[in-house]
Amino acid sequence: METGRILIVDDEEIMRESLTDWLKEDGYSVDAVEDGFKALEAVQKEKYNVMLLDLKMPKMDGLEVLKRVKEMKLDIPVIIVTAYATVDTAVAAIKQGAYDYIVKPFHPEELGSIIKKIIEHQNLVKENILLKKELSHRYQMQDIIGKSSKMQAIFELIRTVAPTKSTVLIEGESGTGKELVARAIHENSLRPEGPFIALACGALPQSLLEAELFGYEKGAFTGAVSQKKGKIELADNGTLFLDEIGDIDAKTQVDLLRFLQERTFRRLGGTEEIKVDVRIIAATNQDLKKLVNEGRFRDDLYYRLNVFTITVPPLRERKEDIPLLVNHFINKYRIETGKNIEKISESALQILMEYDWPGNVRELENAIEHAVIVNEGPIISPKALPNFCYATKSESKPTKEIEKSLQEIEREHIISVLLSTKCNISKAAQILGINRVTLYRKIKEYNINLDELKF
Amino acid sequence: MKRIIYLLPMGEIEQIILKEIEQKVKLAFNLDTCLLTPIPNPEYAYEHRREQYFSSRILEQLTKLIPNDGLKILGVTDVDLATPVLTFVFGEAQLNGCAAVISIKRLRQEFYSLLANQQILLERASKEAIHELGHTFGLLHCDEKECVMHFSANITGIDRKELNFCSSCLSVLIQNCKDLND
Repeated sequence: METGRILIVDDEEIMRESLTDWLKEDGYSVDAVEDGFKALEAVQKEKYNVMLLDLKMPKMDGLEVLKRVKEMKLDIPVIIVTAYATVDTAVAAIKQGAYDYIVKPFHPEELGSIIKKIIEHQNLVKENILLKKELSHRYQMQDIIGKSSKMQAIFELIRTVAPTKSTVLIEGESGTGKELVARAIHENSLRPEGPFIALACGALPQSLLEAELFGYEKGAFTGAVSQKKGKIELADNGTLFLDEIGDIDAKTQVDLLRFLQERTFRRLGGTEEIKVDVRIIAATNQDLKKLVNEGRFRDDLYYRLNVFTITVPPLRERKEDIPLLVNHFINKYRIETGKNIEKISESALQILMEYDWPGNVRELENAIEHAVIVNEGPIISPKALPNFCYATKSESKPTKEIEKSLQEIEREHIISVLLSTKCNISKAAQILGINRVTLYRKIKEYNINLDELKF
Repeated sequence: MKRIIYLLPMGEIEQIILKEIEQKVKLAFNLDTCLLTPIPNPEYAYEHRREQYFSSRILEQLTKLIPNDGLKILGVTDVDLATPVLTFVFGEAQLNGCAAVISIKRLRQEFYSLLANQQILLERASKEAIHELGHTFGLLHCDEKECVMHFSANITGIDRKELNFCSSCLSVLIQNCKDLND
């Protein structure tokens, strides 16, 4: 039994009735109209899965109806059903975007199978969209991607804290995506339409940082030729994201503390107390508690900031997210570069999985961007990956080696040497201290694909 | 309460076929059946251009011929049936209506240049009769290939399906016949 809504457009009553009766037996919901004008009215009012359109009709012929439907940019497949078949009209109909063209009377199987195919395809597309939505809801929050339990826990924390007004402290190594977490909190807050203003505190000297934060009045200092609003003021009714908060100097720490307590501030050189409604999200890649203990960060400011802490894990602690992230970045850079890259090869992905990613997701993104640019063909091969993916892998060997068998170590060492010699067998054999025949035997034995290793 | 399904032969139909259909229909719907006196071929339904008979015209006529105590009427004919949009049909019915018609012409092995086989013909005719009458009880085409309500576009499709309703069609049929059995 089928489900779907079909519009029949035919000037002959007997045709409309006959088609309607037949399609209803299949379980379709059917509407039938006698001319093109009524058809155009109907498609604007209702959503149909398929339109069965007669070609020869008075007032407006089928080709004109088809043309107007296409002009209306309605996503409705049109099947031309006609008793007057000529090659010319069939070609014209298909050229104008008809899905198919069939001649009345037709074999009972013919039209039924075309309609079934269309609706099955529409259902698949719908299902695909739903699945993608579900997937994106589960594994993605704004621009943060992760299916690992650690990232799922982060998503939950974001959902919990976002609708409150609490100050949030985000901890995590460089490149883990702290700003993305801050943006996700803002987007899920009660005022996502408000401004999201980011300031990298570590990038600015003290005097400039203060001016950037609080703004200044005309003449406040040399070069202050006109009044300028600071980031705090610009973030009014929104979120201010202070990155690298551990880098701010003692004077700015005091000013910031005062602002967090009073929620008012003065522009540099100004006397007016300005009140703003700003949510502060701070981030650091340093151990703030340690800085407090060392006397380099005010403890009162630390406690003001540390109302709700989110610790973003480094990529090496959530390696199960690498394939998902890799796909995401491949898609991103495929669109940006216009290159026809479909996916990454198993062996290249394996290399990425084994690397420790000290630069975290940012480093992974850079690696994929590099690979998409240099790769030849639709599948990213190991040779398209940047050199560092291999270098650090061998550097990090000692910590892992204890868990590996002798054969695994031998295989990895052979791959390393082959990579360093650009697959020059004679050179590699020389470095390894074995002859070429033995090296070939081992390459075969360990199932090493030379083509994938060649640069 | 009307509980009779009438069978109306149109033209010359072998008695054994009519008896078989009557018996199988009775079993399938658990209702009384009655064989009416044959009437001539439905010449009024003849479409010269197509050299076929339009089944919808026959259905119209059948609704006028159903006896007062009749719940449904099934016309059985040996002429080739078609509709304005289809090159042929094995039968046609009014969905949720009272009339249905089947043709045995394309159910015969001889139509496909094969040796006549009465047993096969009887089985096919019964399936078609139950299928079309099923529509009059509100049943739609079924996705189950073995179900008698599965749509058959050719003779092998009819042979593939069984005489029975699948469980979901049966439950719809029981629901739709509830008033009859209360």
